[in-house]
Amino acid sequence: MVDEQIILSAQQVNLWFGSKQILKNIDISFAKNSVTALIGPSGCGKSTLLRSFNRMHDLSPDARVEGQFLLDKQNLYAKDMSVTQLRRRVGMVFQKANPFPKSIYENINYGLKINGVPKSERDAIIEGALKESYIWDEVKDELNKPATRLSGGQQQRLCIARTVALRPEVILMDEPCSALDPLSTLKIEELIIKLKKDYTIIIVTHNMQQAQRVADKTVFMYMGEIIESGNTHDIFNNPNKELTNNYVKGKFG
Amino acid sequence: MKRLSPFIEWGTLLFCTGIVCFFLFVILYDIISRGAPSLSWEFVSSQPTNGMTKGGILPAILGTVLVTLTTAAVATPFGISCAIYLNEYAVDSWLTRLTRACIRNLSGVPSIIYGLFGLALFVQGLKMGTSLLSAGFTLGLLSLPYIITTTEEALRRIPASTREAALAVGATQFESIRDVVLPTALPGILTGVVLTLSRAAGETAPIMFTGVAFYINSPAGYLNQEFMSLPYHLYMLSTQHQSIEVVRPLAYGTALVLILVVFLLNITAFYIRYKHSKNGG
Repeated sequence: MVDEQIILSAQQVNLWFGSKQILKNIDISFAKNSVTALIGPSGCGKSTLLRSFNRMHDLSPDARVEGQFLLDKQNLYAKDMSVTQLRRRVGMVFQKANPFPKSIYENINYGLKINGVPKSERDAIIEGALKESYIWDEVKDELNKPATRLSGGQQQRLCIARTVALRPEVILMDEPCSALDPLSTLKIEELIIKLKKDYTIIIVTHNMQQAQRVADKTVFMYMGEIIESGNTHDIFNNPNKELTNNYVKGKFG
Repeated sequence: MKRLSPFIEWGTLLFCTGIVCFFLFVILYDIISRGAPSLSWEFVSSQPTNGMTKGGILPAILGTVLVTLTTAAVATPFGISCAIYLNEYAVDSWLTRLTRACIRNLSGVPSIIYGLFGLALFVQGLKMGTSLLSAGFTLGLLSLPYIITTTEEALRRIPASTREAALAVGATQFESIRDVVLPTALPGILTGVVLTLSRAAGETAPIMFTGVAFYINSPAGYLNQEFMSLPYHLYMLSTQHQSIEVVRPLAYGTALVLILVVFLLNITAFYIRYKHSKNGG
């Protein structure tokens, strides 16, 4: 793919928590409308890297980020970049489904409201987002029910609906299926593949089969560094590095 | 020995629980059995007459309710704001640690000291006189550390992922606190506030110098005037009255009403928590 368009990239990224360096010399870029999986053993920095793309570290006083992050040629950490605008453009789905303790309707409405979407347009957007996340048929008759009463898988799809309602350019997913049963996981994975048409997705996962099922590109990280990245098929079947091979074959991690 | 030890452990715990409950029941039995006969609609709805030997305690009930409301109006906004700042905004530094230590120490200050402080600051310094307002402010100061501590605990129970959910859809930190964190923590905060107020309602020492009176002629309810209150009325009837034996039934009646008021507030707190746990959020 020669003509692929880079939407998000990070260059020469170093990140510290206090005096401990978590990310070392990260160089990475993400093509538009692709799914990229970040894999690696626990503590390798993949979630930390993911969370630096929507500046989730801003509220940790001891986090220090160095390097250049570009979203469509705009610097994410520039002084004139509004962090709330940025988070609208780079949405996030978390490891544990975290719907607001409000109704299903209000869960999606909230993000629209604080981002200034006119009230008259919201109903249509909410319905669209729920349909896009394949949860509309299950909840259309009880939009006023508390979101916490939904099952874990439904909650996670609601969280995805909440994210896509804002029409982000990139969606970050931090192990979105790690707390779900296989059936719910399957639904989310199908959803991810369908969402690729409109969004760029970066997914952190512990599950190597999942990476192979959903991702076009895979990035293997170890001890805060990117060891190898490339097409998913190559990473899993003929990696260049011995370390990658050992990890994807399950010899450690 | 090994077979015996569960029985010893169990027995010790049961014994301790029994002792505690025993005293509670003795006190309750004593007050109810001796206070119930003087309880009547007239008792809670009329003025005291004949030098307190006849009539009711309506002004004292009204005074207690009003001073508690004033306390709430003073302590709740300051206490909750302070807790939000400490838990959500303040970074962990020597200054915030010192502030927390001060708040903890404040909750250990004897209530009579608050009374003297209120006398010096509100009654004399700010020229508010001995009044419902001075007493409310003094009780407000007394309640602040408890409200701050319980609110902070309620806020700390909200997981980081809930805050991040709001941030991730583009909320500012303030919006995330206002729209998601506070509503989620509200039942916990309210429980703490109500329990604190129920304690303040029963206090005597802080209001003794700042506004309470044994008897007022005018109707209760003026913020700039002295007021009657249940705990102080009880104290006067049982120790300071010239014919203590005559008013003893009235004293027990007052004690029972005071306990009922505090009990009602506690029930409210439990109801809030119960409703919250049922909603499962």
